[in-house]
Amino acid sequence: MTITEKILANHTGKKEVHPGELINARVDLILANDITAPIAINEFKKAGGRKVFDKERIALIPDHFAPNKDIASAEQCKILREFSKEQELKLYFEVGRMGIEHALLPEQGIVLPGDLVIGADSHTCTYGGLGAFSTGVGSTDVAAAMITGESWFKVPESMKFICRGKLKKWVGGKDLILHTIGDIGVDGALYRSMEFTGDVIERLPMHGRLTICNMAIEAGGKSGIIAPDNITENYIKNRAGRPYKFYSSDKDAKYMEVKEYDCSKIEPLVACPHLPSNVRPATELFEITIDQVVIGSCTNGRIEDLREAALVLKSRKVHPYVRTIVIPATQDVYRQALEEGLIEIFLNAEASISTPTCGPCLGGYMGVLAKGERAIATTNRNFVGRMGHPESEVYLSNPAVAAASAVLGRIGVPEELGL
Amino acid sequence: MILKGRVWKFGDNINTDLIIPARYLNTTDPKELARHIMEDVKPYFYKNIMPGDIIVAGKNFGCGSSREHAPIAIKASGIQAVIAVSFARIFYRNAFNIGLPIFESSGIWEGINEGDDVEIHTDKGIIKDLTKKTEFMASPIPPFMEELISSGGLMEWVKNKLKVTN
Repeated sequence: MTITEKILANHTGKKEVHPGELINARVDLILANDITAPIAINEFKKAGGRKVFDKERIALIPDHFAPNKDIASAEQCKILREFSKEQELKLYFEVGRMGIEHALLPEQGIVLPGDLVIGADSHTCTYGGLGAFSTGVGSTDVAAAMITGESWFKVPESMKFICRGKLKKWVGGKDLILHTIGDIGVDGALYRSMEFTGDVIERLPMHGRLTICNMAIEAGGKSGIIAPDNITENYIKNRAGRPYKFYSSDKDAKYMEVKEYDCSKIEPLVACPHLPSNVRPATELFEITIDQVVIGSCTNGRIEDLREAALVLKSRKVHPYVRTIVIPATQDVYRQALEEGLIEIFLNAEASISTPTCGPCLGGYMGVLAKGERAIATTNRNFVGRMGHPESEVYLSNPAVAAASAVLGRIGVPEELGL
Repeated sequence: MILKGRVWKFGDNINTDLIIPARYLNTTDPKELARHIMEDVKPYFYKNIMPGDIIVAGKNFGCGSSREHAPIAIKASGIQAVIAVSFARIFYRNAFNIGLPIFESSGIWEGINEGDDVEIHTDKGIIKDLTKKTEFMASPIPPFMEELISSGGLMEWVKNKLKVTN
């Protein structure tokens, strides 16, 4: 069996499961945010739900339009707060403790290797980086699971990606996943689990693994997963508050497709409008001028991402006609960035620094684009209108490329700054 | 059951940000969401929908965010069904959960024009283009999804299941 099949079998009480099989599985954690939870809570109540199945296993995180961007958003966040009080939920995160959900839950040791997690947010697939099976669902699925503690799944077929070689300077998890999506397309892994292996992945630090699995959904994947190892153990050992389990794929596990990449050749990549699969090397895009840079999000808002951006921005200034918005993904990331002097570097570079929020990634607030404007962002989607006006454009990159572009006023690479 | 309606055509990879832009997600009111359906790809689409119209789209319809607001907005706009070459998985799941009829049909996109009248024969899985007098097959709905539909959606299915186990 694959790692995915083993986790699903374990949560179903079966020895084995097979792709295509329909199962009802126990979930370890359910999450929802200020956009998706209000519908879930309404469905929960409409169905006559009185008590959630386990008040320690439901995470409600107001991160999308919070701190409240307007009155309507305030009303939505209030629904989460009141439900959390009423149900005495242990995992409600108020603004001030809140972080972007997919950065916060691994950081706090709330999601663990071997877990089965569903979330009413498509980037729930992030936790595959820890060796968990996690997948995005809708609000009604969350409502049902809050009552039963279970959810139904079709066991997915698995695709294996073998990443070999030595990564070039300034190339990381973001470039690896953009390369993969560029290769297979935005529906190249539709309904499937994407398993990432190979010596590149074995050496890749946890933040890069989380970035890769975060964007599995942009290839249509049901989940992304990386077998846990020493890097996982080191990341999790001081965070975990409950037992966890490492799974790995058997040697004779069946994959419906295997892809091998020589990653030594991969350059820093940029996904051009309006699909994450529209990928080109950053070095081919120097003519693209930009109006805004966003460094943050569930994809690239962790401390390592901010360190990478700070390396590029140190002792430099953001281009006069570019606004650069840095968003630490969680309060702990913010604090650490402050302690390490990164915040000072960003301030000196004349970047603005925001409290944790998804805000601009989905065109909510904190950096919405006007008609005809262009942004380069470390986020995950560049769809039409994603960051604002339907005639604005978003280019996706890693933090180093985004930071170099902030200085240059156009898409650029750190090498151009002598780095 | 037979669903009959006029066709609106859309291309491949119609994502949930196009179906309902995130800037409107500070509400969950279906009527308010419906007012903005597809507005970045087809301005004023909502005003031109007649109740019972049917969307025909290409590959990977509903990709992107997990927002259930997308099928909710479609349903509340008066669109009675969506036919696509393929659906993104979260949208597929959400549509069944909230009771929006959807059908996968591989050859349909090339064969049907916007404005054609179509009939979907849900039990036989046949889609008839009444304007062109042609027929297409829809992929069969998996048995579990049929069970969800006949229960009246996921929450009813859960309620029934709880009654049985109690």
